[in-house]
Amino acid sequence: MAGLALRDLRKSYGTTEVLHGIDLEIADGEFVVLVGPSGCGKSTTLRMIAGLEEVTSGVIEIGGREVNNLEPKERDIAMVFQNYAIYPHMSVKKNIAFGLRSSKMPRADKEARIADVAALLGMTELLERKPSQLSGGQRQRVAIGRAMVRDPAVFLFDEPLSNLDAQLRTQMRLEIKKLHQRVGTTIVFVTHDQVEAMTLADRIVIMKDGHIQQVGTPDEVYRAPANMFVARFIGALSMNILPATLEAGGDVVLASGGRVPMGLPGTGRPVMLGVRPDDLHPQKGGLIDGTVTVREPLGPETLIYAETAAGEIVAKADGRHPPEVGSTVQLGARAEDLHLFDAQSGVSLR
Amino acid sequence: MTATDTIRPSSGTLLEARAARRPRNMGQVIRWLLLFAGGIAMVMPIAYMISTSLKWPHEVYNINLIPDEPTLENYTYVLEDGRFYGWFINSIIIATLTTVSNLFFDSLVGYTLCKFRFPGRTLVFIAILSTLMIPTEMLVIPWYLMSQSFGWLDSYWGIMFPGMMTAFGVFLMKQFFESVPDDFLEAARIDGLNEFQIWWSVAMPLVRPALAALAIFVFLGNWTAFLWPLIVTNSVEMYTLPVGLSGFGDEADVAWELIMTGAAISTIPTLIVFLIFQRFIIRGVVMAGLKG
Repeated sequence: MAGLALRDLRKSYGTTEVLHGIDLEIADGEFVVLVGPSGCGKSTTLRMIAGLEEVTSGVIEIGGREVNNLEPKERDIAMVFQNYAIYPHMSVKKNIAFGLRSSKMPRADKEARIADVAALLGMTELLERKPSQLSGGQRQRVAIGRAMVRDPAVFLFDEPLSNLDAQLRTQMRLEIKKLHQRVGTTIVFVTHDQVEAMTLADRIVIMKDGHIQQVGTPDEVYRAPANMFVARFIGALSMNILPATLEAGGDVVLASGGRVPMGLPGTGRPVMLGVRPDDLHPQKGGLIDGTVTVREPLGPETLIYAETAAGEIVAKADGRHPPEVGSTVQLGARAEDLHLFDAQSGVSLR
Repeated sequence: MTATDTIRPSSGTLLEARAARRPRNMGQVIRWLLLFAGGIAMVMPIAYMISTSLKWPHEVYNINLIPDEPTLENYTYVLEDGRFYGWFINSIIIATLTTVSNLFFDSLVGYTLCKFRFPGRTLVFIAILSTLMIPTEMLVIPWYLMSQSFGWLDSYWGIMFPGMMTAFGVFLMKQFFESVPDDFLEAARIDGLNEFQIWWSVAMPLVRPALAALAIFVFLGNWTAFLWPLIVTNSVEMYTLPVGLSGFGDEADVAWELIMTGAAISTIPTLIVFLIFQRFIIRGVVMAGLKG
């Protein structure tokens, strides 16, 4: 096992720079998820760690050792790919053993390790099968087994659950989490799915356009997003963002008319007020008025889509007595659940 | 209009439907006739080859397909003639070695052009492809001069060297390697294999249908090659089967019945190869988007 450090990591294709100086420290045994939309540079970062992409500038250290100029096989890493990358012409056993092909370990030890990994992943019965005889989840398990059998210092996962259906994805997510708890190896996991990031990570790295936007625990990035991008990206339901003005007295006045005391200094500064749908509920004397256009019952709660003077916003109502479609509601939130961002830069003001 | 009217088509409607169907049937008839004619054109030479191989010399120039007095005497003569075996062995050696060489080099070059990014890659590929446009007849003189300079005339190496690697094979293999996901190769790279091992252990097993198709194309092409082996060989012992068979007979007369007998025997290995691997040929042609 080993930690990992990226220092001012940059990547250019020709004259186009796609990674603009990534700095990240990952502790030994930590589970870190790189998340962001397509083209944000998360997979490029992972591939550079793996040694599959050349580093334009900057330093990659694994276990305190600079690995920039080392071949992938010399970095003591193992990678699980989105398309599993298990060889269709080999049995499950041969696929798993493939990771040990270049190892000088005695044959008996190799056999024992393959058996251990197969048992750990519940694949002992499947060892003689070909990949074509396996389900998607089983194939992904073989790919993980091939990575595990080498006992690497760092595991790299490149969107490994993207090809699975929703149910299987949830199941595999749980298995990966349990696996990490059991083996304790450092994991760097890339995904575009924020739910995956939130549920798996010890720390989440949110990326956009080749820059890190925020690094933090799932709770930190959810409760205290560093900017509007993070605020909108993290959370099953995107945060409502409303244009407002920060007045001299510290009150925030919505463009649509509502007023809320925030206790921040300001002199007519344009800001954006953010509130998560989970924190916004129908209440008398609320922040903003709206007309309910759609209801989505979720059982204990109902999602309400309301048309307001600031556009469509989403809130949550009690599932037993949700407001009728077409009715006018006042929506409000606790002051501590409100987020304030600079209107120009999008940076969080509190 | 009653309900019945709407359900049952009127006789007028049926006639119209038949009339509309007729051109399609006519088209089908013409298509079948053309295919039949094509089939006849393909089968007739083979039928005449077999027919002639069963005729006595005096009957060879009769146009009849069924011999008046069928005989297997020609087969006995050819198989007892020592030269035939020598040519057969020459052809086997040359076709086999050339096939193995093509499988190795064409797939290696095709893989490199497909999976590695390097400056001039497209240029190299276009240069290789452009050699497909040069007819063999234009190449035999430089080939001959090369063979002469290197002392390869009248040798196996002289017969084989122009076909040890082919542009068609490189193209075919490159097309097939496109279907091998890069993830497989990268996974192997991380697992510690060098580039040659990745090509051999991971990429090659995944393009086995292409290798089979290429093997058949190259084997058949070399088995039936005539012009270059004729030019480069001088001694009867070095002849390949097509060259040797063309000279069957004596100086005064060409023994067509013996040539046809030899040709009939020589088609047996190719026929066996084709029957076993024909599905690979079809798949290879479809995937490469080429006519064989």
